[in-house]
Amino acid sequence: MKMTGPFHTRCEQAVANATLRKTLKNAAQIFRQSRAEGLGTLADPEAACDRAAEAKRRSLENLPAILELLEQNVIAAGGHVHWARTGAEANRIVADIARAEGVRSVVKGKSMITEETGLNQLLKDQGIEVNETDLGEWIVQLAGEKPSHIVAPALHKNRHEVSQLFHEHLGEPITDDIPTLTLMARRALREKFLVAEMGITGANILVAETGSVLLIENEGNIRMSTTLPRVHVAVASLEKAVQTLEDAAAILAVLPRSCTGQVLSSYTTVITGPRRAGERDGAQVFHLVLLDNGRSRILADPEMRSILHCIRCGACFNFCPAYTRVGGLAYPGTYSGPMGSILAPLLAEAQGKANPFAAFPYFCTTCGACRDACPVRIDHPRLLMKLRARHADTESPLPALAAAAFARLSASPRTWKMAAGVARTLDPELKLACRMPGIGKALSLWARKRRLPRLKQPFAARWADRSQTQPGGRA
Amino acid sequence: MPTVDLFIPCLVDQFLPEVAEACANVLTRLGVTLRLPSGQTCCGQPVYKAGRFPEARDIARRHLALFEGAEAVVAPSGSCVHMMRHGYPELFEGEPGMRERARALGQRTYEFCEYLVDVLGVSDVHANYVARAVYHDSCQVGRSLGVKAQPRALLDAVGGLTRVELEFPEDCCGFGGPFAVQHAAVSEAILEDKIDDILSSRADIVVTAEPSCLLNIRGGLQKLKAKQPVLHIAQVLDSGVGA
Repeated sequence: MKMTGPFHTRCEQAVANATLRKTLKNAAQIFRQSRAEGLGTLADPEAACDRAAEAKRRSLENLPAILELLEQNVIAAGGHVHWARTGAEANRIVADIARAEGVRSVVKGKSMITEETGLNQLLKDQGIEVNETDLGEWIVQLAGEKPSHIVAPALHKNRHEVSQLFHEHLGEPITDDIPTLTLMARRALREKFLVAEMGITGANILVAETGSVLLIENEGNIRMSTTLPRVHVAVASLEKAVQTLEDAAAILAVLPRSCTGQVLSSYTTVITGPRRAGERDGAQVFHLVLLDNGRSRILADPEMRSILHCIRCGACFNFCPAYTRVGGLAYPGTYSGPMGSILAPLLAEAQGKANPFAAFPYFCTTCGACRDACPVRIDHPRLLMKLRARHADTESPLPALAAAAFARLSASPRTWKMAAGVARTLDPELKLACRMPGIGKALSLWARKRRLPRLKQPFAARWADRSQTQPGGRA
Repeated sequence: MPTVDLFIPCLVDQFLPEVAEACANVLTRLGVTLRLPSGQTCCGQPVYKAGRFPEARDIARRHLALFEGAEAVVAPSGSCVHMMRHGYPELFEGEPGMRERARALGQRTYEFCEYLVDVLGVSDVHANYVARAVYHDSCQVGRSLGVKAQPRALLDAVGGLTRVELEFPEDCCGFGGPFAVQHAAVSEAILEDKIDDILSSRADIVVTAEPSCLLNIRGGLQKLKAKQPVLHIAQVLDSGVGA
């Protein structure tokens, strides 16, 4: 019975942390409320989600052609395009650009894709200073942690913990005031922007017809990362590409709303190539790195393809009963929450790597709140169930032999009835059953915080006694 | 007069037979002719949720055959209805014939409240139950089947019953089948929040349309020695009729 493992242990530790649970609960409630308000500003939120989902579906269907068009148009706008099959290849491409451009200092906009590839470490190994500039991302960088939520990387930290961190790393006085903390970050980061020769960002959407990278944010750090340094490198995974600005608009109609509840983020930046003659801002050199890292395999898997609809709004995280009790640090690897529980095992498999994420799909109550929250119509529970089946042999809590025995028992109502009868007679309160191998462990775990139910004379046995003559009477 | 085949899920049959009786009483009172196809065991949901699809398929095949002759199937469990309506066609994706049979049966398989309100067009069953009640939207009843308004309409027509909403009526109770034991500590934390919500609602009774949530929430409240009974909605609708 698969009930242990590093992931289980990390989840148990996280859920035992009362401070963390409170932080996570507050954050989830704020996000959920904001999303409801944001979508509430639309006349027909369901129709808007349908349009966004359709834009993603259509884009994935025509992805090869869209990517070629994107490449042509980025080049036509004066940019460079690089194709990377693996995360390591993408990192190497970025590092080579940095070396060629004589870069010593990099500022980064929040990017899950470079978390996925582990870019920061490689750049640091080459002696390049790397500074995250998204407040949350910078906080986790200072803490030596990873983002625990795709939208709010430092969601697992409360203001006291952040102040402590700033005190240790920046020598700032302790404060509980969030605006003061934000100003401390701004002071420290402003200097980094001014000296950096290269800005690295991800991309929210790639628009093929114009060759543009579309980025949304609330702190202005991404716009600064793409305009102050001389070189801008955007790293994006293949599925970010859509054909038209209209498709991008369909996605934008639901993305900030689902994410933070905003109608539009504070900054929506559309970058088409480097600065042109006569323009007053923008990077002088622009590179786009298009990363596969297993996605084309997922694209070719019809059962799983729709996970590539994901626009990283984070809504599914905020509604997930399991994620919101443990936070993202309990999950090994880059992605957590419902979307991560699908994407992480699929990516590992597509990359032909060991799959430490196969346990994720079982960390789910199948409640479906993620599916309902998803603005691009990903049916997470359906995909998670299929992934459970794919990895049942190593991850299922129900061993194959037990499943087969249960199926046989279910096929034989007489044996079923007899077994239930024996159990009811000998052990109606399931006390003996708690000591049996297999089922006993499950029952004991159940009984830690719940009283066990009692076996009763089944309804089927009472049915015969029920004369069907008492409509209107009490049985 | 409509005829209904009762599908009594195994949890109900063994642990909550009073729920099945209440369900049968309410339907009988409404003039429905009931049949109980014999040989019912399990619909396969526990095995399916544990990712054991081949075994779940074997169970589904048999369960499907048991009910195929039905005019309509009614079960006092949203998750078991969801299993038949959505799980079975999913399991038989690779077998078009079986898939169609599963789809067809799924279309005439109803969760109890859904059948009363949507098919029979009844929301007042003339029950009486004096209590301040909260209704917990089980995930498979509310979200998966979309049955949210029906149980509320039924409860609102119960004489003497005051219904109040939980702060988070649609939040999962933490059961989730194998999840409850595979990730016991997290399941307990989710249940704890549900129980906090229930306790702060100051309700006298908790009502649900799903036996697995019922056992989970009831077990949790009992362990804390809380006095609120947790009832299946059929039990409330079978109470104080004609009083």
